[in-house]
Amino acid sequence: MKTRRFSILGFLCTLLTLVMALAWIFPVYWLTITSLKTEDQTIVVPPSFLPWPPNFDAFVYVLQNSPFIRWYINTIVVSVTVTFFCILFALMCAYALSQLEFNGRRLIYTALLVGFMLPFSTLAIPLFMMMNRFNLVNTFAGLILPQIAIPLPVIVFKQFFDDVPRDFRDAALIDGAGNWRILFRIYLPLNWNITWAMSIVTFISTWNNFFWPLIITNSTPMLTIPVGMTQIQLSYGVSFAKICATAVLASIPTAAAYLLFQKRVTQGVMAVAGLK
Amino acid sequence: MQAGAAQAGKPSNKNQLAAWLFVLPFIVLYLLFLIYPAIRVCYLSLTNSDIAGQGQFIGFNNFTTLFQDQDFWASVIHTAYFVLLTVVPNTVVGFIFALLVVRLRRFRLFVLACFFLPYVLPVSVTYDAAIWVLDTNFGIVNLLTGSNIAWFQDPALAMPSVAGVTIWWTVGFNMLLFIAGLQNIPKEYYEAAALDGASGFHRFTHITCPLIWPVASLVLVIQLILQFKIFDQIYLLTLGGPFNSTVVVLLYMYRQAFLQGRGGYAAAIALMLVLIIIVASLIQFRLLRIRRTTA
Repeated sequence: MKTRRFSILGFLCTLLTLVMALAWIFPVYWLTITSLKTEDQTIVVPPSFLPWPPNFDAFVYVLQNSPFIRWYINTIVVSVTVTFFCILFALMCAYALSQLEFNGRRLIYTALLVGFMLPFSTLAIPLFMMMNRFNLVNTFAGLILPQIAIPLPVIVFKQFFDDVPRDFRDAALIDGAGNWRILFRIYLPLNWNITWAMSIVTFISTWNNFFWPLIITNSTPMLTIPVGMTQIQLSYGVSFAKICATAVLASIPTAAAYLLFQKRVTQGVMAVAGLK
Repeated sequence: MQAGAAQAGKPSNKNQLAAWLFVLPFIVLYLLFLIYPAIRVCYLSLTNSDIAGQGQFIGFNNFTTLFQDQDFWASVIHTAYFVLLTVVPNTVVGFIFALLVVRLRRFRLFVLACFFLPYVLPVSVTYDAAIWVLDTNFGIVNLLTGSNIAWFQDPALAMPSVAGVTIWWTVGFNMLLFIAGLQNIPKEYYEAAALDGASGFHRFTHITCPLIWPVASLVLVIQLILQFKIFDQIYLLTLGGPFNSTVVVLLYMYRQAFLQGRGGYAAAIALMLVLIIIVASLIQFRLLRIRRTTA
C-alpha cells in the first residue's frame, strides 16, 4: 500500500517536472517556430504551434538584406581567437605558478585574485580611452585583447596542476624533458577534460559578450552578432519572423556547443564557480 | 612589471628566466588590460576628463557632485531593487529545479537541457524571446491569458519583468551548482534516516537543507555580485524607461561616459559601484555566517 502511494506521488512529481521543463524551454521553441512562419502567419489568432510546411523566407531575407554574414564571421574570428590565446596563455601561466619556483610568483597570484574580484564593466572607461588613443576602436585587436586578459582560467588551471603528483614532473625532468614538453606532453593530457571544458565555456561567453563589443565598436562592418542583431531588428519593427530568424542564427553556435558537450559545459560551470 | 622585468633579467638564474617566459604572455596582457585600467580608473575619478581622457585634476569634486546627484541615487535604488528581485528568487528556483532533476531516472538529460539551455544563449536572443513572448498585442502570453499587459512599458511592471527574464535566462547556472551539491550528499545518510523512521519531509529539513547550505551560500554570493552589475538586459529591454524607472548604475555610467562624454564623472560612478558591491558582499557574508552557526 505504502509503496503504491509513493509511486503515484513520484509519478505526479515527474509529470510536474516535465511540464515545468517544457514550459521553461517554450520561449526557445516559440522563437524557432516563429522563424519558420511567414510574417502573416506570426500574427494570426489563434496562433499555430506547428506551422507546416516550414517557410524559410525570413532566413533568406535576413541573410540577403543585412551584414549578418559579415557579423557572423567577425564573431567567429573574435571568439575562436580569444578562446585559443586565453586558454594557451592561461595554461602556460598556470604551469609556471603551480610548478616553477621564481621571484614574484606569489605577487602574481595575488594580483590575479584581486583582478578576479574587479568587475570588467568598471574598467570599460579607461580601456576605451586606451583603445581610442591607439586607434584600436572598431578593430579586431580592440575587440579581442581585453577579453584574453581574464584571470579566472589561470586560477582554475593552477588548482588542477597543483593536484598532479610531483613524481610525474620529477620523472620527466630526469629523462631530460624541458618545461615546454612537460606542460604539453604531461600536464595538458592529464587535465584534458578541464582544458576542454574551460575552452567551451570561454567560447560561449565570448560569443555572447555584449558589453565590450557595444563599447568598442560602432561601425556597421565591425559589429559582432549580439550587438549587430539588435540594431537591424530595430528596422524590422513588428516583423517577428525576421526577428526570430536572426535569434535562431545567433544561437546556433553556443546552443550546439552546449548540446554536443553537455558534460564538459557542466564541468566548466563548476570550475568557474570554484567547485571541482 | 618593473620589479618582474628586473628579476627575469638576472642572467645567473636560468630557471627564473624560464619561468618568466611562461608567465610573460599572459602577464603582459594582464598588466596592460586589467591592472593598468584599474589604476587609471581611480585617477580618472579625480579629474574632469572627457571620454578621450583629456582633463584636469579636480580632487574629490566628482564625488561631492555624485553625493548630491539625485539621478545617481535613483540608479542605486533601482539597482538594489533589481538585486532584491533576482538574488534570492534565482537561488530558490535553482534549488527547486535541482531537486526536481536529481530524483529523475528517465528524461533526466532532457529536463536538464530544458532548464539550462537559455543560459548559453546570447542576451540579445533572450531579449528577442522576451519581446516576442511578452509582446503587448501579439505575444503568446497575453494571447493565451486574454490580457494586454504592457510588460516592459508599465513603470510598476518593467523592473519585475526584467528580473523575471533574467531568472529565466540564468537559473540553469544555479541549478547546476545545486545538483552537484545534492549529489555530494552521501546516500547512506538518507538510508540511515529512513531506517530510523524519518519522514521524507524530515529527511529534507534535517539532511538536505543543512548539507546543501554551503552551496546555497556560494550561489547567493555569486548572484549578489553578478546582479549588481546588471546592464545588458536593461539596455536591451527598457533602455532605462519607462520614465527612467529602470536606470541602473551601469546604465547611468554608460550614459555619462558615452552620451555626455563625462569620462571622469563616469569613472567615479564605476568606483562607487565597486564600493557598493564590496559593502553589500561584506553584509551578506556576515548574514550567511550567522545563519550557518545557528543552523
